[in-house]
Amino acid sequence: MSLFEEVPVSIGNDVPRRRVEISLNGERRAAEVEPRLLLAHLIRNGFRLTGTHTGCDTTNCGACTVLFDGAPVKSCTMFAVQADGHEVTTVEGLAQSEQLHPIQEGFKDEHGLQCGFCTPGMMLSAKALLDENPNPTEDEVRWALSGNLCRCTGYQNIVKAVLWAADKMRGPDADTGTAADETGAG
Amino acid sequence: MYPSRFQYEAPTSLSEAIALLSAHDDAKVLAGGQSLIPMMKLRFAAPAVIVDINNIPKLDQHGVHADGSYRIGALVRHAALEKSTTLGEHQPLLASAAPLVADPIVRTRGTFVGSVCHADPQGDWASCMVALDGSILAQGPNGRRTIGVDEFVAGPFQTVLAPNEIAIQAIIPKPVGTRAGGYLKLERRVGDFATAGAAVGLQMDGDTVVQAGIGLTGVGARTINASEAAAALVGNRLDPDVIGTAAGLAAGVAQPRSDHRGSADYKRHVIETFVSRILTDAARTPEKVA
Ligand SMILES: Cc1cc2nc3c(=O)[nH]c(=O)nc-3n(C[C@H](O)[C@H](O)[C@H](O)COP(=O)(O)OP(=O)(O)OC[C@H]3O[C@@H](n4cnc5c(N)ncnc54)[C@H](O)[C@@H]3O)c2cc1C
Ligand code: FES
Ligand code: FES
Repeated sequence: MSLFEEVPVSIGNDVPRRRVEISLNGERRAAEVEPRLLLAHLIRNGFRLTGTHTGCDTTNCGACTVLFDGAPVKSCTMFAVQADGHEVTTVEGLAQSEQLHPIQEGFKDEHGLQCGFCTPGMMLSAKALLDENPNPTEDEVRWALSGNLCRCTGYQNIVKAVLWAADKMRGPDADTGTAADETGAG
Repeated sequence: MYPSRFQYEAPTSLSEAIALLSAHDDAKVLAGGQSLIPMMKLRFAAPAVIVDINNIPKLDQHGVHADGSYRIGALVRHAALEKSTTLGEHQPLLASAAPLVADPIVRTRGTFVGSVCHADPQGDWASCMVALDGSILAQGPNGRRTIGVDEFVAGPFQTVLAPNEIAIQAIIPKPVGTRAGGYLKLERRVGDFATAGAAVGLQMDGDTVVQAGIGLTGVGARTINASEAAAALVGNRLDPDVIGTAAGLAAGVAQPRSDHRGSADYKRHVIETFVSRILTDAARTPEKVA
């Protein structure tokens, strides 16, 4: 059963639907949805962007994290209708054609993933952090990611990956004061 | 997991929202959705109509009102309070609690007022409201009324709001002294509800307490107002004897139950320690003299 105009299978005619228009990874997308459809399911089943994972479906794990107008939300805990007129970024929106986003490069370089299930959510929480605070301390990274659970890595390399990305995104010309300097002994 | 079917309404004004709530028998307000949507997915809640208030303008403001009270609108998210650069100078207790509510992603959506309306005995904001003698400004078809938080919360997950009333603001009264105090919460991990939590709101004149409130989280079937403990502070300096008395009284009114988070005795001990710690900290913080 599908609930979306882009997948032309209809639900019963007696079920009221609403039209939603979303800017999804910068592209305008529209769908006719039943109000109870969750944003995570619109993204995964409707728009076929399966990078957004649903791990717990009970608002606990953060695997379904997407950016909603730039801020991280659990897409399993929002109705798709609520996204009407808003901007949504999923993990598929991070890379620019062939060029990985620095956060993705960081996860690759620092081995920030094992099974990869939590990774999309981790990367989007990390993006929200770095957009707001380009030079975070290790503590600030841990804090920002504290709503995303990982069952594999023990978090150490995830934190390293985000600090790696922060460094890269600030660029070689950025001030020399690194996060480590600021939190270091003293 | 899917919620049951419902009719979705997204009004753009308060009057429209109230009319929708009045017109339908089984309608519910949707604010941050961080309690309501999980409950709908588990089918603990199955409202026929959802009135989403997220598109109503001006509800996302917080700050000092003309009458000196501090107002928090119905769409002020936990994250907005956590990231506010001005909250701390007016409301140190709220500023210390904001980062401890849920997890960073839930804080993007969840609201202060929605949390008070949810009336979870483990909710952090309700304890802060008790400690600050806060009230809720509600609007219904017959106008507005102000309800003190002790009366507002009728029981676990129950408030005195009529089905067609919307809580539009939380109000924290104008201070009579310099505000101090804070929130401490024991949680097993980020995003867990409190094993035990204590909110202490103080108003100081120099080093003397002129007004005090203490709210306790997660140690009873509802948020506990430790009013005797608070009364023991008023008129006194925060010396170790006074602190010990208040902390003991607060632990005495806690009614914790033993569960997977800890034994009742342990939780009572945590309350005593937390109240004592917050007060000791407040005693140490040098008064900002104007
Ligand atoms: C993983 C997780 C961890 C959490 N941890 C904590 C925690 O540690 N501490 C804590 O305090 N909370 C915690 N919460 C709950 C969270 O703070 C919720 O945001 C909050 O309880 C409800 O606020 P909301 O805006 O999301 O309300 P909603 O979920 O939208 O609504 C909750 C209830 O209040 C009613 N309501 C909401 N707003 C109004 C209004 N303006 N007028 C009338 N009725 C209204 C709704 O109809 C509904 O019945 C957690 C939630 C999750 C998912
Ligand atoms: S699937 Fe949404 S929080 Fe786990
Ligand atoms: S890499 Fe497996 S859950 Fe995080």
